[in-house]
Amino acid sequence: MSAIKLGVPSKGRLMEQCFDWFAARGLRLKRTGSDREYAGAVEGAEAVELVLLSAGEIPRELAAGRIHLGVTGSDLVREKLADWETQVADLAPMGFGHADLIIAVPACWADVDTLEDLDAVAHAFRAAHGQRLRIATKYHRLLREFLAREGVADWQSVDSQGATEGTVKNLTAEAVADITSSGETLRANHLRILSDGLIHQSQATLFAARAADWTGLETPFAALCAQLGVNAPKL
Amino acid sequence: MASKAEARSVGQRLLAAFEAAGAVEVTPDILQPAEALLDLYGEDIRARAYVTADPLRGEMMARPDFTVPVVQAHMAEGAEPARYAYMGEVFRKQDHRGSARVAEYFQAGYEIFDREDPEAADAEVFALFAKLLKPLDLSATIGDIGLLRAAVGGLDTLPARKAALARHIWRPQRFHRLMERYAGLSPVPESRAALLLGARSDAPWIGLRAPEEMAARIAVLQADAETAPIAAADVARLDALFALRCTADRAPAQLNDLGIAALAPAITRLERRLAALDARGIDLTALAFEASHGRATMEYYDGFVFSFETADPGFPPIASGGRYDALTRVLGGGRAIPAVGGVIRPGLVADLGGLA
Repeated sequence: MSAIKLGVPSKGRLMEQCFDWFAARGLRLKRTGSDREYAGAVEGAEAVELVLLSAGEIPRELAAGRIHLGVTGSDLVREKLADWETQVADLAPMGFGHADLIIAVPACWADVDTLEDLDAVAHAFRAAHGQRLRIATKYHRLLREFLAREGVADWQSVDSQGATEGTVKNLTAEAVADITSSGETLRANHLRILSDGLIHQSQATLFAARAADWTGLETPFAALCAQLGVNAPKL
Repeated sequence: MASKAEARSVGQRLLAAFEAAGAVEVTPDILQPAEALLDLYGEDIRARAYVTADPLRGEMMARPDFTVPVVQAHMAEGAEPARYAYMGEVFRKQDHRGSARVAEYFQAGYEIFDREDPEAADAEVFALFAKLLKPLDLSATIGDIGLLRAAVGGLDTLPARKAALARHIWRPQRFHRLMERYAGLSPVPESRAALLLGARSDAPWIGLRAPEEMAARIAVLQADAETAPIAAADVARLDALFALRCTADRAPAQLNDLGIAALAPAITRLERRLAALDARGIDLTALAFEASHGRATMEYYDGFVFSFETADPGFPPIASGGRYDALTRVLGGGRAIPAVGGVIRPGLVADLGGLA
């Protein structure tokens, strides 16, 4: 018999909080075999199978329909999936894994606090330096959509997959768009968040894949949704 | 959807029609130098270009359109006046799903570089497109970014404010927020007020932007704060201009009624263009005029703009174009020539049943 494949993050605090979230709703997720084996079992629900995956891969697995349900950050789904709502349904925000995707500039820029300031400075910067103001990020889609919507011009994104906060000091970017929870790392690197620079408030979210094969799984899915206390989406 | 062969066949017929109208075919390379050219496009096309590394030539991109390479070739070696035609694929990454969102499609285009009579050239491109597209029963809309630029240029306020507004004509949302700021209609952010009172950061200076650049901007903000707001009546007149939609035959009178003195030369040009369109058999009573047409989508156009669309909202414009005098100045290194042109998408024409 086929089963609903549930993809959850395979390690760390995110995995533990995820297990706790399901446990609070009567579903016991557990690893099978050793701690290093990425397979698991689900107790307390019919026809649900656990798949442990890297959080970053879960959006892609959902889009491909290789898992039916997946837990990952809402930021990753929006960044990695084009027209994300057509590919996955948002079942439930889970209340942990909070992080804000923000734009930050050097704290020494006393004249830049808003996107209006950033836009004006980008224009002057381009005139003075012959290049667009660079924003280091790994969230290219979310940054581009945000700045297009807000009408900010004369900038370009430069790719930064890690240590993004250091790019300004290293002269490889003028500003950053990155995830922060406490803001500590930004402050330590002499950066300051724009007052209207919040791009997305992310948290761990349970998603359902539209591309997955749901044939014969309608009844267990409805039962699972009822148990989790979420409305079953139209897939 | 039409096959690639059908699209190509429509494109070849369009190219032949453009050549019959006096154009010389040009065939820019598919791979174009990315760094120099990408800077000329707006954020949208830049983000969507396919860029790749070449070991000898550096960053190269698959051409996202023809206009920039055609202008570049003309400014480097073209004789005047000139008419060019082209047909081939352009490449743009798609951020959205959907069958009409293709990353690779044909464009057939016609461009005129002529100093003598720009309005006649505008009318020539539009009328040629209208004739070729007639069997498809499309609706055409024209606009004129030059009117918007003239209205902004005529505002009674600081040159720095006018320059900032003119820069954002193509980004309506930012334009209107800036207008509210300069008209004193939105509250001054606390941070701005504190800055003008002398608030500075004690954080260490980092990054490429120099302290002198910040000092220069603060001086601009101080001058701005000491200047009277743009009059509410002027803001209302500009809003009325941006909202103006009517049939083309009524556009000059409606524009005159707005009472914006600075529009007079641009209205005269519009009248000349409309007379030239009328002389070429375009029915002005059936042609839509929208003052804001092309504001959000047409990146480097700075005068006449037009598009031909089908009633199906799933289709992008079948054809579009406009005047891009400023682009020739940028690519001409100081020299400039009035230029106008447009493209038709042969694949969409084929989808709709093809040419007559």
